[in-house]
Amino acid sequence: MPIIKQKDYKTWKKFDRKRDLQNWLCWFLGTLIFSFCFGLISSKTIWFYVFDSHNEALDLLGRMFPPETNYFFTLIKPIWDTLNIATIGTTIGTLIAIPLAFLSANNTTPSKKFLRPLALFCIVSSRSINSVIWALLLVAVVGPGVLAGIIAIGLRSIGFCGKLLYEAIEEIDENQIEAIEATGANKAQIMTFGIVPQILPAFTSISIYRWDINIREATVVGLVGAGGIGIELDAQIGDLAWAKVSVILLAIVVAVVFSEWITAKIRKAII
Amino acid sequence: MNDKKVIWKRKPLIKNRLLRIGLILIISTYLLSVFLTTEIDWQRILEGIPRGKNFIFAFFPPDFITRSDEILAGIFESLWMTIVATIVGILISIPVSLGAAKNIAPKFVYFLSRGVITLSRSFQEVILAIFFVKLMGFGPFAGMVTLSLSTIGFFAKLLSEDIEDINKSQAEAIKSTGSSWFQWVNYGVQPQVMPRFIGLSLYRLDINFRESAVIGIVGGGGIGSTLNTAFDRYEFETAAAVLIVIISIVMIVEYTSSHLRKLIK
Amino acid sequence: MLKTINLKKVYPNGEEALKGINLEIPNGQVVALIGPSGAGKSTFIRTINRLVEPTSGKVYFANEKNDITSLNKSKLRKIRRQIGMIFQEFALVERLSVMENVLSGRLGYVGFWNSFFRKFPQKDIEEAFRLLQRIGLEHMLDKRADELSGGQRQRVGIARALIQNPMLLLVDEPTASLDPKNSRQIMRLICELCNERNLAAIINIHDVFLAQNFAERIIGLKAGEIVYDGKPSGLSEAILTKIYGEEDWSKTAAN
Ligand SMILES: Nc1ncnc2c1ncn2[C@@H]1O[C@H](COP(=O)(O)OP(=O)(O)O)[C@@H](O)[C@H]1O
Ligand SMILES: [Mg+2]
Repeated sequence: MPIIKQKDYKTWKKFDRKRDLQNWLCWFLGTLIFSFCFGLISSKTIWFYVFDSHNEALDLLGRMFPPETNYFFTLIKPIWDTLNIATIGTTIGTLIAIPLAFLSANNTTPSKKFLRPLALFCIVSSRSINSVIWALLLVAVVGPGVLAGIIAIGLRSIGFCGKLLYEAIEEIDENQIEAIEATGANKAQIMTFGIVPQILPAFTSISIYRWDINIREATVVGLVGAGGIGIELDAQIGDLAWAKVSVILLAIVVAVVFSEWITAKIRKAII
Repeated sequence: MNDKKVIWKRKPLIKNRLLRIGLILIISTYLLSVFLTTEIDWQRILEGIPRGKNFIFAFFPPDFITRSDEILAGIFESLWMTIVATIVGILISIPVSLGAAKNIAPKFVYFLSRGVITLSRSFQEVILAIFFVKLMGFGPFAGMVTLSLSTIGFFAKLLSEDIEDINKSQAEAIKSTGSSWFQWVNYGVQPQVMPRFIGLSLYRLDINFRESAVIGIVGGGGIGSTLNTAFDRYEFETAAAVLIVIISIVMIVEYTSSHLRKLIK
Repeated sequence: MLKTINLKKVYPNGEEALKGINLEIPNGQVVALIGPSGAGKSTFIRTINRLVEPTSGKVYFANEKNDITSLNKSKLRKIRRQIGMIFQEFALVERLSVMENVLSGRLGYVGFWNSFFRKFPQKDIEEAFRLLQRIGLEHMLDKRADELSGGQRQRVGIARALIQNPMLLLVDEPTASLDPKNSRQIMRLICELCNERNLAAIINIHDVFLAQNFAERIIGLKAGEIVYDGKPSGLSEAILTKIYGEEDWSKTAAN
């Protein structure tokens, strides 16, 4: 009741007293939580290092410049590997995501009681675990190298694509399905004529989006040994070869900007 | 009856035949070259299968008990980091996203903000964490700075896109009342992007928590440190417990945030 | 009151929307600006308060010395407070309440923090109550703007413009998104309010019949040029043809 009646006049406030108090309380609690959290972090921080970090940063930058440009040629193969990890990983991930998405979507799942929760669990697990952790596990299983990276990226992509895809499936237009059902079509026909055309655009844009993200992710799986440019990064940081590290960082920026540019192009071409 | 048979074929996905064949060619060459240039050590993989089996069995049963103190400490540290980093990141993102919206910012500010966003998005959290740990020492502070920075890239990019999509005439109407720039943003822009703002904040909270699990591996504190220690000590049962805890927290966060988002709409 | 001299607008894409408009509007006059889509009506009223920057020409407001086109930002804001604007798609901020929308008309008069915390002076709030009562929406003041119907939204839009206590109203196709009955009611409301407050108004409008019914003066715009300026009764078939092109006008010009 934001109209406030005073003795001889009435006025207006956005919130009445109670809401006002609630709002202030929320802000107060929020600030309190923030300070509390920050306090805990700060208690585990050696502030001397933090305050000194700008010197350290300048020092590091000084060592990074000038970049050792010749080193770039050594990087071509790792960059190629990185792109492959991202691309093949995305492909595998999306291909596995498709059946999972159909099992998870409320309107297409064959069994709500058993298969749907199972598929949802797969999706959430895959989403919750970062590619680097997947890579860490896989390096132990299949050994270091590109393959571990591809599988890690693939496994991580399943959850991401699966989730977005099943949400897209749940949003499809039921009328079109009914129309096809009414013609006496069987399940497979309903799928190809009623559902696939409706989710194809979402599917393409999801896979492109994930590919863009995976380029970034593929740069780091190497840090734990799973192939790509991350292996070089890890090695050069270990050697304190900062002039080479800066070349790697530049290469990553270029690769990421390039992938962003391509995805924007493809998205425009599709729409 | 007509002699000619009418043939109907499904419309192909790509109309131009040349393009279609070209695309298939390009894709197969690409796959072939990937296959030829990727060194896959089949020997190692064959070896790895029994080893992998042992490895996976080593995870069972997950052991929550032995290191329960460390797991709890790691989780809480991750939570503190996530909360602080999300708030700090979002606060900085607000001006950046206003600057990165074409319809609001002057050209110079626009390019500056876009530059900040691109830079912060280029590097995966782990790479950023490596550097911040190097600059600021081990521990959650470096992790928090990392997460805040990557929050900016994510949040400012998506929010600025939403700002660019606002209903122009609503904003114009506020401008026509003689409002100042800040009033214009507060009345004409903010209400329009608020739902997206809240949705993105919750979403980012979720992402930051998940990311906190990896930046620990390179020294950025949080549950990732616990996980890393478990791996280093070959305590895979504990590692499994940590992973399960991460998955369940992500599930809880996801469930609550989707509910919250529905409530707010 | 308002005087434009050779007002021109060329959009960055080369579109010449206004080709030198000369116009003078005295105090309290309600003018209807008619013309086909793309004639430049919206552009014209937006160049007056510089939501669209004019390419060349002058706009004198209130007196012969006050040229809007040469004002700096803060002076422009002061002028904008004295010019109310009403929009075709209502342009209410949909996620704000009716009251907030109305009060947003006072933004030019209150400081940022006061407006941020929605602390408006008591006399603004009382004026808002009065206006809401006048347009018959006092009971709705707590509703969010997107819960209102089209006609109700346009009333709120009118209240928002009037609470600025303007000297001039710029109205951009106020009825284009409304049904015929609401259209007439809204036009009547605008004209009544203009009379009550001795307000000058420029009303862009598609509907020639409505324009003739409510305005005291009609200006016909075509391709950025004035092709008619005079009494509603002077709108002959020949002139309508000149503005809109060939058509059977006998049914419209019913006076
Ligand atoms: N922002 C803009 N950029 C380029 N051209 C525009 C823009 N706004 C309007 N125009 C052009 O200017 C001309 C006049 O438009 P407008 O003033 O909207 O006409 P009306 O309101 O009479 O329909 C049209 O040809 C239109 O295409
Ligand atoms: Mg118009």
